[in-house]
Amino acid sequence: MSIPVLALEKVRKAFGSEVVLEDISITVPDHTATVFIGASGSGKSTLLRCINLLEQIDDGVIRLDGQDISDVSVDPDEIRRKLGMVFQSFNLFPHVSVVENIILAPMRVHGKSRDEAIVEALELLTRFGLREKAEQYPDRLSGGQQQRVAIIRSLAVKPRLLLLDEITSALDPVLVNEVLSTVRDLKEYGMTMLLATHEMGFAKQVADEVCFLEHGRILEWGKPEEILENPKKAQTKEFLKRVHEAGRL
Amino acid sequence: MNQEVGRGSENSSDSAPYSFGGAWQPSAIEIERRIARKARSRKNALVAAASSILVLGTLLSIIITSPGWKTLSETFFKWAYGFEVLPKIILGFGANLFLTVIAATSVAFFGLILALVRTSRSPAITPFRLLAMVYVDVFRGIPMLLIILLVGFGVPALRLQGVTNNVFILGIMAVIITYSAYVAEVIRSGILTVHPSQRAAARSLGLSNMQTLRYVVLPQALRRVTPPLLNDLVSLIKDTGLVSILGVTDAIRAAQIESSRSFNYTPYVMAAGIFLLVTIPLTRYTDRTLRKSIERQNAQGLA
Repeated sequence: MSIPVLALEKVRKAFGSEVVLEDISITVPDHTATVFIGASGSGKSTLLRCINLLEQIDDGVIRLDGQDISDVSVDPDEIRRKLGMVFQSFNLFPHVSVVENIILAPMRVHGKSRDEAIVEALELLTRFGLREKAEQYPDRLSGGQQQRVAIIRSLAVKPRLLLLDEITSALDPVLVNEVLSTVRDLKEYGMTMLLATHEMGFAKQVADEVCFLEHGRILEWGKPEEILENPKKAQTKEFLKRVHEAGRL
Repeated sequence: MNQEVGRGSENSSDSAPYSFGGAWQPSAIEIERRIARKARSRKNALVAAASSILVLGTLLSIIITSPGWKTLSETFFKWAYGFEVLPKIILGFGANLFLTVIAATSVAFFGLILALVRTSRSPAITPFRLLAMVYVDVFRGIPMLLIILLVGFGVPALRLQGVTNNVFILGIMAVIITYSAYVAEVIRSGILTVHPSQRAAARSLGLSNMQTLRYVVLPQALRRVTPPLLNDLVSLIKDTGLVSILGVTDAIRAAQIESSRSFNYTPYVMAAGIFLLVTIPLTRYTDRTLRKSIERQNAQGLA
């Protein structure tokens, strides 16, 4: 069996005395999408931030392509170059145009020439239907468009793994769809992804594996149809019932 | 549940779904409203004019009819004399402008360095961070006039070899020392207002700490503090006048020399006028940048 893109072994994370992640062990093979579901505060976002080394873990091991990236000698900048991350709040750089947002990392981190970076950025924008927004500033874009630019920005560095942190939570239902369709495209291109989401219908469509988190622990982990349709644990059932009542399934 | 809309809906925000214009004419009710609005704004303008004339007129008449007005206008507003000495004051104001240019560029440099040191979290910087903090606390807390006196008379008293006794240079140094502390704090507050999520986004793209600062944090921070920095520039222009106490012949000193010769204070009024000629346009410009910057931030808040 080949080495998984990402492997977590007994990862633990606490903020002070509050434990937010406990005994997290998962593997993510190449070209698959793993979706984390769970209530707010269950640790989904923290998990993604730990993988990106934006947060330090307190125990366990994180491996990226077999390399232990939780080792103290690892340069976080080096690792982050291989990972893309998209945030709930878009976090586009408001002081530069869309295309400048996208070419910043390819130029400054990956040493591409400006022309080369622009050509690639425009290619990506065209592919995702945002070519005409290249020269606009982020505040001129709708939330959905901003989030799609944020996705493109993280794609521009050709990441090994894409981390998507509740990327539709700040959007109204109409805009959610255009962002989700972008993610489905990424899936078709074979991007390896880790998502935290509240969109169960979407999780069912895009996920190869679904992971249910509660109070920082993985309660259930498996194929989307198992977890979302025939959950074994009472907590998972309860969670899905509440989501269903909220009209998200 | 319908997840299949996606692509088709993406341009809906660009083109208006309805077509306005063409045959539209304001309705009778709208025409009536417009007439009422016009009448109201006419009335408002009248009230404003009447109140201004009343208040300003009263003030003016109080001043002009006061018993001392005649002597006062003789000693402060003797325009013929004022224009006679004007060239000398303008020459002196050249020194103020020169001081301002030199000081502003140095202050921008040192202020930025201080702000960066104070906001840095690098362990190697720790002693400098402490020094910067003490520096800012001390020099923001002492009146600038005192610093000018201390530098202007203290440094020469040290009799150090190679250190200048030129009051002009010492004066500039004192101004730079003080204003660097002010400006450092303004820039630092700008850096702190850039949301942590911007750093997170930059770092997650693989940018180093320095690159994040250079390409993401500082551009946003400096843009945000441009209005207060321009305010400081206006203050700086005025405060360069304080170095006259060391004997630098600036506009104030030039006016002082003239007025002590003639026992007439018109030169001071002329000097004040020259300062205003520069500071008022700059203040207006500052207000405009501030308004624009607020509009920009509000627009971002909506997104």
